[in-house]
Amino acid sequence: MGLATRDAYGKTLVQLGAENKDIVVLDADLSKSTKTADFGKAYSDRFINVGIAEQNLMGIAAGLANYGKIPFASTFAMFATGRAFEIIRNSICYPNLNVTIAATHSGISVGEDGGSHQSVEDIALMNSLPNMEVIVPADARETEEVIKYAAQHKGPLYIRLGRLNVDDIFDEAYTYQHGKGVQLTDGDDVTIVATGLMTAKAKEAAATLKADGINARVIHIPTIKPIDRDIIEKAARETKFILTCEEHSVIGGLGAVVSTVTSETYPTKVVKLGMYDTFGESGTPAALLEKYGLTAENIVKIVKAHV
Amino acid sequence: MHYKQAALEMRKSIVDMIHHAKSGHPGGSLSATDILAYLYFEEMNVDPTQPKDPNRDRFVLSKGHAAPVLYTALAHRGFFDTELLPTLRKLESPLQGHPDSKKLVGVDVSTGSLGQGVSNAVGLALGAKLDNSSVRVYAVLGDGELQEGIVWEALMASVHYKLDNLVIIVDNNGLQIDGRNIDVMDLGTIDDKFRAFGLNTIEIDGHDYDQIEKAFATARETKGVPTAIVAKTIKGKGVSFMEDVPEWHGVAPSAEDLEAALKELSAQEVK
Repeated sequence: MGLATRDAYGKTLVQLGAENKDIVVLDADLSKSTKTADFGKAYSDRFINVGIAEQNLMGIAAGLANYGKIPFASTFAMFATGRAFEIIRNSICYPNLNVTIAATHSGISVGEDGGSHQSVEDIALMNSLPNMEVIVPADARETEEVIKYAAQHKGPLYIRLGRLNVDDIFDEAYTYQHGKGVQLTDGDDVTIVATGLMTAKAKEAAATLKADGINARVIHIPTIKPIDRDIIEKAARETKFILTCEEHSVIGGLGAVVSTVTSETYPTKVVKLGMYDTFGESGTPAALLEKYGLTAENIVKIVKAHV
Repeated sequence: MHYKQAALEMRKSIVDMIHHAKSGHPGGSLSATDILAYLYFEEMNVDPTQPKDPNRDRFVLSKGHAAPVLYTALAHRGFFDTELLPTLRKLESPLQGHPDSKKLVGVDVSTGSLGQGVSNAVGLALGAKLDNSSVRVYAVLGDGELQEGIVWEALMASVHYKLDNLVIIVDNNGLQIDGRNIDVMDLGTIDDKFRAFGLNTIEIDGHDYDQIEKAFATARETKGVPTAIVAKTIKGKGVSFMEDVPEWHGVAPSAEDLEAALKELSAQEVK
């Protein structure tokens, strides 16, 4: 088991902070959880804690970006995208400012805190905003690359991070390419398109399926927006159907984005695994992922039912 | 142009451009005119030939619906041609219904959704502080706008981070769309609230030029805390039939209204 993506975020920020004095990190009283506290310790003058005030978090980040700084604003995904939605829209996206929102504790893998703190709508909310681009890294290594990319990205960026330790998928050689999907395995029976912590589970499921004679193509989508249309169209043409996997609502998330691309390019069956119009609840992350079917075993089951 | 003369020219342009746009907010533009004229023609370090100069002072019209007062200040100060003013709110015009920094030269911050401007201003002032820069940041808020919670989040932060390069001006005309502040949602004693949050707070008559000059001078001298200037103003100031009438919040003057308004304004001598 590797680090959580939030841990990789905190470590990379400290590294970037030494290289680029314009980087400013903002948090709303959750810096120990979001891991921005490490940056705060290293560069206290460039760390802005706004207190428990997510709207002001985004408003100040917008002002800093407008001035010419490179702000990273962090809190839990629920409060970043939900509480502060309209500030993100009007103060950050409308004037197209260089603000990176790196939100942690996304999805049900938050665990015991329960449904009030488990954001399963954030991708849908951020994807809907003009100028906003959306990244969901799969592991610690990819997160490192994504955060480095973010410091140079022009325009608003939403990065969805998690609390839970996740399996390592990528090695040192990995480089993040914005807007590109990553094919992890080849196959022509089915394409499994996954993002975030579901990518490791898709990879595991593909190995099981292979043993049973089913060849699954696994595509990891780190960039939900702009989406890699080519890799999806190709999968639609070359494999029998597509299964999308995400720790997010199937309404407005990866599944919806993939369906849009296939319906416009090469209509095919797109089966969606995710949260079906429901909130999460308390429990261990493992128990919750099991209950809502976000496991390698369930991916195998769904693929077999549709092959 | 002297700022007092500028205020008069701005008032004429405001009623004219809103008449041409057939919609807009004359009342709250006219109440803030003297303050913006003072800021753009006297107080702020701005140069129309260098609108993106990183060392310029920044202005945030947090009450973005008063866009005409900002547009007329910028035009008469020379940021763009005054002939653009009648294109207000028309398709493809850079003069959007609410200020858009991407479309119009001289607009530092896009505003319109109330409360956010003051939060953006705190970010700008923080950025200047981080650079040890002498840049100052000015934000004009409406009084009804103070009903937005984010305003108080931003004020807390402005004091916590000791932003003495920030001046927040409240255009306290006492009216909002649905009526008088006191009837819609009573704001209580505004200056006491600002003082309780820790800001250096100055109350003035927002149409008295001596008081305006003194307040901004005091703000400049104040160290360690941001300054709030609570300016008592009259909505529709300068056009008698618009003064203190809530209905003139968001209504365009007719051709007859415009003629009467311009006649009145032309008769006003600059003291």
